[in-house]
Parts: sequence; structure tokens; C-alpha cells
Amino acid sequence: MIKFMLMLNRQGQTRLSRFYQPMELSRRTLLEADVVRCCLSRKKDECSFVEYKDFKLVYRQYAALYIVVGVTDNENELSVYELLHNFVEVLDKYFSRVIMFNMDRVHVLLDEMIQNGLVVETNKSRVLAPLAALDKMADG
Amino acid sequence: MSDVVEKTLTALPSLLSLDSLSGSTTLSSTSKLGNLIRGITELTSKHEEEKLIQRELTSIKEQVSSPNTSTRQMKELMVRAIYCEMLGYEASFSYIHAIKLAQQGTGLEKRVGYLAVSLFLNESHELLLLLVNTVLKDLQSTNLIEVCMALTVVSQMFPKDMIPAILPLVEEKLNHPKEIIRRKAVLALYKFYLIAPNQVQHIHNKFRKALCDKDPGVMAASLHIYFQMIQENPEGYKDLTSSFVTILKQVVGGKLPMDFNYHSVPAPWMQIQLLRILAILGRNDQSSSEIMYEVLDESLRRAEINHNITYAILYECVKCIYTIHPKSELLEKAAKCIGNFVLSLKINLKYLGLKALTYVVQQDPKLALQHQMTIIECLDHSDLLIKRETLELLFRITNAQNVSVIVEKMLEFLRVNKDDYTTIDLVGKVAELAEKYAPDNEWFIETMSTVFSVGGDKMQPDIPNSFLKLLSEGFDSVEEDRKLRLFAVDSYVSLLQGEPGKLPQRFLQVISWVLGEYSYLREELDAVLRLLANLLDMRSTSSETKSWVLMAMTKLCGGGAGVSVIREVCETYGSSLDTVLRQRAQELQHLSQDCELRARVLPRGAGLEPLEVDSSLSFLDGFVSEALAAGAAPYKPPHQRQEELAQTKALSLEPYGLSLPISMSSCSIADRQSPTLLSVSSGLSGESPDLSHKGGTTTLKLDGVKRVWGREGYLSQREPVEEPVHVEVPSPVVSPSQRGGEADRSHSQTPTPTATPQPEQEKQQLASSLFVGLASQSSVCLMGKSESTTQRFRRKARGPVSSPAASEQISNSPVSTPSTANHLLGNNFLDSNITSDLSVSSLESTSQLSRGPAAANGICEVELTESSPALPRDNAVAAAAPAPHQDPDTLKDACLRSHLPAEFSGLCPSDITPLCTNQTLDFLACHLQKEDSVSLVVFIYNSSDSDIQQILLELDSDELEVSCVCGSAVQEARSHSVAVCQYSLTVKRPSVHVEVVGMASYRCPAETPQSARFSYKLPLTSFIRPLTVSTEEYGAMWLDFSHDTKQKLTLRSDGRESLADTLDVLKKKLNLHVVEIIGTEGIVACRLLRDQPCLMHCRLHEGSLSVWLRSPVPDLPDCLMYHCQRALQEH
Repeated sequence: MIKFMLMLNRQGQTRLSRFYQPMELSRRTLLEADVVRCCLSRKKDECSFVEYKDFKLVYRQYAALYIVVGVTDNENELSVYELLHNFVEVLDKYFSRVIMFNMDRVHVLLDEMIQNGLVVETNKSRVLAPLAALDKMADG
Repeated sequence: MSDVVEKTLTALPSLLSLDSLSGSTTLSSTSKLGNLIRGITELTSKHEEEKLIQRELTSIKEQVSSPNTSTRQMKELMVRAIYCEMLGYEASFSYIHAIKLAQQGTGLEKRVGYLAVSLFLNESHELLLLLVNTVLKDLQSTNLIEVCMALTVVSQMFPKDMIPAILPLVEEKLNHPKEIIRRKAVLALYKFYLIAPNQVQHIHNKFRKALCDKDPGVMAASLHIYFQMIQENPEGYKDLTSSFVTILKQVVGGKLPMDFNYHSVPAPWMQIQLLRILAILGRNDQSSSEIMYEVLDESLRRAEINHNITYAILYECVKCIYTIHPKSELLEKAAKCIGNFVLSLKINLKYLGLKALTYVVQQDPKLALQHQMTIIECLDHSDLLIKRETLELLFRITNAQNVSVIVEKMLEFLRVNKDDYTTIDLVGKVAELAEKYAPDNEWFIETMSTVFSVGGDKMQPDIPNSFLKLLSEGFDSVEEDRKLRLFAVDSYVSLLQGEPGKLPQRFLQVISWVLGEYSYLREELDAVLRLLANLLDMRSTSSETKSWVLMAMTKLCGGGAGVSVIREVCETYGSSLDTVLRQRAQELQHLSQDCELRARVLPRGAGLEPLEVDSSLSFLDGFVSEALAAGAAPYKPPHQRQEELAQTKALSLEPYGLSLPISMSSCSIADRQSPTLLSVSSGLSGESPDLSHKGGTTTLKLDGVKRVWGREGYLSQREPVEEPVHVEVPSPVVSPSQRGGEADRSHSQTPTPTATPQPEQEKQQLASSLFVGLASQSSVCLMGKSESTTQRFRRKARGPVSSPAASEQISNSPVSTPSTANHLLGNNFLDSNITSDLSVSSLESTSQLSRGPAAANGICEVELTESSPALPRDNAVAAAAPAPHQDPDTLKDACLRSHLPAEFSGLCPSDITPLCTNQTLDFLACHLQKEDSVSLVVFIYNSSDSDIQQILLELDSDELEVSCVCGSAVQEARSHSVAVCQYSLTVKRPSVHVEVVGMASYRCPAETPQSARFSYKLPLTSFIRPLTVSTEEYGAMWLDFSHDTKQKLTLRSDGRESLADTLDVLKKKLNLHVVEIIGTEGIVACRLLRDQPCLMHCRLHEGSLSVWLRSPVPDLPDCLMYHCQRALQEH
């Protein structure tokens, strides 16, 4: 199970967050600060998984962007690690065409891929289809 | 600055470009969000951020409430509000506007509205109700994009109570020509299943249709539902095993369209999900497992591409192979696979390999032996996670021979670790290992000292408690006990001579207790007293610790020891502001002067003698009878008072009836009695407010008063029955030199090249000490070590008897009454074979039909020769028990039923279900319904030739309170016999099915510890009892209850008596009480165990039954509705 997903910049500022289990606002910010402390200081050759309390963090870095996901202990960390890459490939495919980066659209794509902490779609063209349709609707 | 430049800049720091692309020339039309993000990025302090966001929120607030804001602008505002909330600043004013935007917007605006709702609100937020209409409208829209959006939000969150409103529409979408709509509809149903399983009960066949959908995406979506359902009830879906296998075969074989590939691996996440499902289906089930072997083999073979995702699949595959019924050929391949992982240079793979190994060593400890050198390397790995996972692995392969090395490694980690969570976890594990496998006294005490100093005040309180209990109860030989205690005293004295200020409070308390109790074993009590007195003077010592210290001094003060020290302490603390300390100091003063009294109150070295406590408070009998004679009301326990209060409230509306007698009684007692007895009377009257301030003046504490007095007044106290102490052969201590020799010899086991450089050799030495005892059993025996593997610190089986300190700690738990029935039954079943004829005949009749696991058959046959039901009543139960499906289990049931504790005679137990099985032990369970609780009985059958002691069963449940009835959780199972544990279950939180999860850990002689996990499920209906009320009472209760649910159910028949018939079915199946039937309406009542009522109102309406359930307990109506539905469907 995926508990949450965060996208951070190099300074550790949150750029996108999605929680799949209810959590109070104040606890979210504390958690994010902790996560930043855990992940951003790690070296390249260290494991991409970090133990945090009773669950694990899986993180991946793309230039200045960090994506961190909290997963329960029974989750297959490596599959989540690759899921992040799949997600980034989706973002890459979409945003290279439109050249306008918006949080709402990223959320829309993420909602297509992960729901209730589960992987619901990984087929890139199917992930992109609903957003593409929305864009078309706006144009036409 | 020109407009163009400004716009360019604002677009820059938006999401993905972040800060690194500040030179590029991307363009955004109107990105106020970009402005905001850039503003925040530039800030340097948290305070500035707060100011900026507050300003932003004020401006958003102004604009959202303006009537002129267009939906397009609203969308922009929502995104900014989302951003603010994401940073931790609440924007609750915008919630309602998010809902409005979802309702009024079109296209992306609508989508952002839905998105904002799903980010802002949680499932139980009341505003969510306002979304229902919008969802309803969008589901009916002709625009597919809108349907999609509505389905997406529904599968993220939806108010549970409103599901019936949209369910038909969602179901309809399952037949939609577009795959995306069908897929999203399946995901929405998955959400419904999660939050209200009873609502989708009737569409299980539609799930099957989705599983068989021609589109792989729709099929994949249905896997989530199946994974969930199969986890809850694997038995119900065994018939689907071959379908899942076929699907996996097709996926692995590349039959899916190309766009499902990820880096040319076909649908990897789908494969992983399927493997997880197969693992559950094949667990403990040979026939299902056999269907899977081929596809698992193929999965292993196909995964040849060198990519992370193939390794992720392989990991899942290996886990599956080790979970299902084993096949040696596959196990070999899987083991090789794990080897590749562990040896990999890529650290992520190494981690996954260790994780797999940790999972696998429980089944096959020898596998750790194969990779010992790698494991050693991982122990010194720079990455904490790898180290941590390695320690976890080592923890699982610990035995008496390698314990000191492994514990040393764990302590090493603990000393540098800074994370609290890890410390608590690891400290607990070290304590567990130390207690189980300690090689000698010195090691044990020293290890525990490290545990206490490192674990400090963070660790679980049961660690020190159980340590003290162990010390005070002692072991098998008096001499050994003395040595252990003396060593503890000596080492603590030297600790106190060092720097006691650095020790955690918990540790100081342990030290004080041990010194107080056992210092008499050494000379120089004066020195000990002085050390203790020094503790009192330290600033850092907490007042709780001080009272432990004073207590210890009181125990030591006799015989003229340290008179001056004691006088000084008494002077200082005799006038302390802390009442507890003052009390202790007074005690110290009195007892130090009166040796005779001290010897009576605190007998030296009497840790083992039970304290005689007059728990019935018989010395108060005179007082009570006097009070009763003077007209006081008899004592009622609080729950009874509350019950009566609730009843008076519900039943009569007369203003003066309310709880008057209770307050009267308390007053009358208070008025008549002398002040010294006030605290007693306040204990009796419980909640009378006018007493509390007077009661506070006395310090007399009387715990346990409430338990003595029952409904009838005075209850006689049952004497705890002492369990028979079984004699154990004292395990000889292995001297260090002997152990060293063993390590050397075991060294020859490791496959090592002869000439190795120095560091290599060190590692190999470490390896030989770490992995000793893991090789096959015979080699251990050859080395003559088998006896040393028995647990050293084996507790004597004792009743609830312990030293003063131990009783201090357990005094607040209710006195347990060990069930003697267990012993009776556990012993007498061997020598009777009255019913073997019956068993044989039933075996014959069922043998043709037998299709159950072979293992179960084996048990049956063994039991036939070894045991048979002893008591006639059990035969009756076994014979009378309906057997709708004749299978070999019924025979086993009959055997096991004879072990049910005697108190259950007359109750009809459920079928006995196997929980889990391995080579030596079988765990089975059944439950019995009693008036106010449900009893769970776990049978542990030992099929091996050796006795197994120290079986520790731990049961837990999310929905239930589980309490052990038979005194201790530790059991012993003799060879070929059955041990019985009994638990009492009550409902904490209603749920359709409730589940008890358990973990059994035990150890066969000469083997590493083993553990088994299992779960036992039972329907909520087991906890339902009829509630007998009159129609008037029913009416009054109905209005008081706040949680309700309504649904239409199908009638059982169409005839004139259809209502009565249907209610009759419910009454029989669910144990309800039909209060009255009037015309086309009926009222029914039941309760969940003792005091959680649920009322049902039914009305015939257009050929179906409208049912309305109400209860003061949340979720209870929903769950009961589910069972009503099931009961009527099954009929």
C-alpha cells in the first residue's frame, strides 16, 4: 500500500503532495519535514529505500526534483521505485508537448495511476487519455 | 519590467522546471500560481512564508466570495488554495466553493473542482453530502468525460450512506461499450466494497464478469477487488485459482497489447498483483498450489531482462513460491534467485534480497547458511537500512549457540542509532533473545544492563517488568538463583559507584528494586545504603525513582545497618511536599526502628512467597452490615448503575425517578461514618460528588474494592488455583571455554578456502559463530550440543504468585483464575478409547469423499491411535453436530471437541477450523457462543515425538477485545497430544466479519525458534443475542438511538404470512427477538453481547421488505443489514 506521495525541490519545499490515508494538516507538515531530512541528505550510492517509523520511504531523484513515496512494510519497494519512473515518463510525455506545467494537471495524471494507495493504471496512453480529452474539450 | 518578461518569469518555477531551469523561455498565460510558488521559493524564513500565505489566503477568500468571479477564475483560485493547504495552511473557506466548481464548471474546471474536493475533504466530512447531486448528474451525463470524472471522484471518496443513491448507475456502467468507463466503474465498486461491503454484496457475479472482461485494463481493475476479498476469505475463491493462473500465463506470454509493456516487460504491476493473489490462494493448500507450479516456473524463466522491474516481479515470485505448498524444484530455483539478489552490487537489489531472505529463513534457515559471507558484509554496510534488515534476518535465525554474537551486533547498532522507533523495536528484540537463549548469568545481566541503559525510558515497560519477574521467580536450582541474583547485585553496585547520573530512570528503578531485594546476599549493606542515598541527592532523579529507592532502603534498613544514613534521609523526606515520598520516608523511619514489624512486613528473600492479601476486605464486613442495617442501599458496580440510569431514561419520562436511590445511599453512608472510613465509602458510592472533597483528605487507598461487591452484595472470592509445577531437568551451563571449542569445531563446517587473508579470516570466524546451529540437526547433535539449545531461562510454571514487587506491578490487572478444566482434559484424553468405533466408522464413510489436505488426514489417523473423546457428552455433541459436507475434518472435529473445557458442556461449538500447520504443530480453533461473550478455543496439536514447551500464543484483533482466560499465554504441548488455550472475545468495533490474528512462537528441542501466523474469522452474528423488550420500551429506545441505515430486502415468500415467515428466518439465523408484528409492520430487537442494542423496524412495501435499523453503536446497523441480506439470500 502506498501511504502518500510527495514531490519536493532541492531545498526540500513541497511542490505536490497526495495522501492516501487521512492525516491532519499539522501532522502532514511535520511528516514532510521529517521526510526531507531522511531523503535529501542521502548519497547517490545509497539505497533508494529508507526506513521511517513503521513504514518505508521510497525516493527517486530527477535533477532538482525529488519524488518520495511512503509505503507499508508489505509493499514491494522496487516495484514502487519503478512506478515512480513510469509516472515521470508519463509527465514527460505530456508536458513536453504543452510547455505549461500545472499542479492540477499533474494531480489529474496521478489520480489516473494511483487511487486509494493502489496502482490502478500503468499503461501510459491510458493514463494520458482523460487529460488529453479535457484539453481537447477546452480547445474546441 | 515589461509584461512579457514578467510573464516569462512567473511561469518558470512552476512545477517540474522548479528552480533549475531559470534561464529557459517557457511561457504561461496567467500563472498566478507560478507567482505564488516563485514568491515562496525566494523566501528565507518560515515567518515570511506564513505572512505571504496569509496574505494570499485573504486575497483568495475575497475573490471566491465575489459574485462576479467566473468559473475559469475560480479554477485558478482553487489551485492556489490547494497549494496553500498543501503547505499546511488551512483554507477551509474554499471547501464549499470547490463543491460549487465541480457542480458548475465544465471540462478542466469541473475536474479541478472534483480534485479540490478530493484533496480538501476526508471521507467523513459532512460537506461531501453536497457533492452527491453533482455526481448523480454527471453519471447520467451524455458527455463521457464528465462520467469519467464522476466515477474517478467516487472511487476516491464518497459518503457511505449515499451509496444506494448512485449504485444502480455505477452498476449500469459495467456494461458500457467504452473500456475506460467500465474500468472506472469497477474501481468505484472496489471503493464501495472497502467502505460498505454489504452494499455490493449482491453484485459479486458482476465482479466475475469484470474479471473475464475482454479488455485487460478492466480485468486488472477487478484484481484489486479480488485481492481484497481473497485476503478476507481465501476458501471462498479457490475455484478461481485456475483463472488467475491462465491470466498470468497470458500476461507473461506477452499476449497483451504492446502499450501495456513497461520497458518491454509485459504489464509488470499486473503480474505482481496476480502473484500476490496466487500466494494467498496456494498457502496451505496443495491442490491449488499444484495448479500454479507451471506458471511460476515460467515467470522465473521469463524474467531474464536485466531491469529493476523484472527483479521486482522476481521478488514477488520468490515470495509466492515460499508461501504456497512447497515444490523442491521451484524452491531451488527461487533460492538461486535470492542468491543473485543478495550478491548483486546494486544496493536496491541487495536490500530486496535480504528482505526476501528474511521472509524465507522462517521456512528454511539453511538458506541463510548459504549466504553467510554476504550477510556478514551487509552487517558492516554503510547503509543503515541494509544493516537494519540484516539484523532482522539474524534475529530470526538466532539460537542458543549464536545468540551472544548476534546480540552483540544488535547492541552495536543500538549504540549508534538515533531513531527512537528503531531503538524501541530493537531493544525489545534483544531482551527477548536474552531471556530465551542466555548462555550464562554474567552475559544475561550485562546484556540486560545494556538494554536498560540504551532503551532508557523509551522502551516498552514490560521489558523491565518481565526481567524483575524472572529474577524473583527464579529457575530450577536454588544455587543458580543465588548466583544470578548476587551477580546482579554486584554489577549494579559497581554501576552505582560509577556515574549513576547517566543512567535512565527506568534502569535506576530496576537497580533499586534488585538491590533492595537481594543485597542481603552480600556483605556491606552500609555501602549499598549509602549508594542508594546518593541517588536521592541527585538532581536528575525523578520522584518516582526516589520512591523506589526509599522502598529499597526500607527493605535493607534492619540490623542496625546505616543508621546515620537512614536518619538523614528520613529527616529530609519526612517533610517532603511530595506526599508519596513523605509516606515512604515515614514507613522507612518506623520500620527501621521496629525490627520485628519490618521482618513481618518485608520478610527477607521471600520473593517467592505469595503475599497474603485480604482481597475480600473481610475486615470491613462489620462496617458494611452496620451500614446496611441503618438503611443504606447495597453497593452496585458502576456499569450496573449506568445501565439502570439508561433504562430509567429510556423507559419513563417521570422527572423524579432519575438515579435517586443511588445518591441517597451514598449520602446516608457518608453522614453516618467516621472520617477515617470516608475513602471506603467513597469507593462504595463511586460517583457521588459531595464526597470527593472529604475523601481526598485520607490517603488510604483501596484498589479492588469494586470487584468484591456484586449485584447481590458480597461476592465470595475464588481462590486462585495453583498450577502444577512441572519438574524440569536443569539445563547444564556451558562454560565459555566449552563454547569456544564448539565455535572452532563448527568453523570446519563453513566452506572456506584454506588460505585466506587476515580480514577474510575474521569474517569467517564471525560467520562460524553467527551461523552455528543452523546446519542440519544431526550435525548439531554430533557435536554433543543438543542439550545446550534448550532454553536456559525457562520460567517455572506458576500460578499468579509472585514477589512483592511483581505483585505491585500486576496488582491492577484482575486476578486470573486458571482453568483447571484444561488440565483435566489435557491429561485424561490419552487413556480412553470409548468412541474409537465411532471414529473409525466415520473415517470409512468419509474416506472416499476425502479431498482435504493430506496433512489433515494424517492428523486424524494419528489421533485415532493416540486419543479419542473421553466424555460421553462430547460424543453427543460430535454426533449431533450437523455435517452438511462430509469430509475428514468432521472426524478430527470429534477428536478435538473432547478437549473443550468442561464449562462449555451444553454449548454448541462452531466447526473446528485449521489455522495453520507445519511439521510439528497444528493449530486449530473453534468458537462458542455464551450469553455475554464469545469464547475462542485454540487447539494446539503436537504431532511430533517430542514435547514442546513454551508455546507462546499472542492474539490480537482490530475489532475485538481478546482476553486470555486460562491464566497464562504460554502453553506446553506434549508429544502427540493437544493443548488448549481459551480466549474470551468481546466486540470493540462492529464490522461485518471480525478477525482475530494470532502469532504462535515456540521452539522444538534442538531447533531454532519457530513462529506461525494465523487468523481466525467469525461473523458478527456470533455476537448477536436476542434482546427481550416490550413494544413500549422499544418505542422509547428507538428515539434515543442515533445511528441508522435503511435498505430494501427481498421477501422470503409471497404468501399472506410473508412478513412473519421472513422475520422467522431472521430470528432463527441471526438470533433476533421479534417484539411484535402489527399488520404489515414488524419490530425486532437484538443486542451485541451485553449492552449494545440494535433495533429493527420492517415494513412490507411493494413486494419487498423495507428494513430500518437503529442503534447507539456506529456501524452496527450496517453490519447487521449485511447479515440480514445474506440470511435471506441463502434461504
